[in-house]
Amino acid sequence: MSRLSTLVAPAAGLLFGAGLALSGMIDPAKVLGFLDIGGSWDPSLAGVMAGAIPVTALFYGWTRRRGATLAGQPVPRSPGGRVDARLIVGAAVFGLGWGLAGLCPGPAIADLALDRRIIPFVLAMAAGLWLSRRLAGRWWPAG
Amino acid sequence: MVSGLLHGLAGGLLIGLACGLFFLVSGRILGISGLAGALLGRWSAASRDNLLFFAGLLAGAALVARPGLVLALASPNRLILAGLLVGVGVGLANGCTSGHAVCGLARGAKRSMAATLVFMAVAMLTVALGRTL
Repeated sequence: MSRLSTLVAPAAGLLFGAGLALSGMIDPAKVLGFLDIGGSWDPSLAGVMAGAIPVTALFYGWTRRRGATLAGQPVPRSPGGRVDARLIVGAAVFGLGWGLAGLCPGPAIADLALDRRIIPFVLAMAAGLWLSRRLAGRWWPAG
Repeated sequence: MVSGLLHGLAGGLLIGLACGLFFLVSGRILGISGLAGALLGRWSAASRDNLLFFAGLLAGAALVARPGLVLALASPNRLILAGLLVGVGVGLANGCTSGHAVCGLARGAKRSMAATLVFMAVAMLTVALGRTL
């Protein structure tokens, strides 16, 4: 890893964590309100995707046009692959967990800075991630 | 409600900036589950950067979170069950909200569109069922 990559990593983390806190995504109550379209729906988190996706796309386009990263490496090819059963099953299992507690990985890890009651979730998530990678990967390779 | 949307949008801009800068500099996709999963494996050249990313993530959240915010967390048993499901799910799907719903959609990846539709729909259904049960 270049020195520049090592500098940008904590900066990106800082921006990402600030964005999660500013939008309210760090609070499961806010996330569950966004997911509750049949109840008292709080659509405000749609703004997160509306803000994040175009900005990310601009940077992706800029990087590809430059033909190299700022660290001087060739731009890696976009991961491709087909929509397969493993992707769909994984997304469904993730959605179930997300809906049960209102926590996806980023906010859960960011919440470690705010409330130690989040620790069991993060440990269970790490165990699940480890299991799926080490065991499932053997008999069900990623597409 | 308007202020909520504006906060969401502003937060989204910061998240987009984070994902964009990360790719511009290092050429890597900023997916939280990918970076976390890599830390669970063997130590590599990227591991230090990943750790620094997470240190920044915690610092950013702590700096900007409203003072006195009390998180509405589920019971410990439900947190453990949900955490396991989230971990297994994002491991199988090779990505979560950041890797698929932000970075993947930003580059128009078919797999990310499919994953985002499925996990949003299932999460909304889970909340709806939980409310009626």
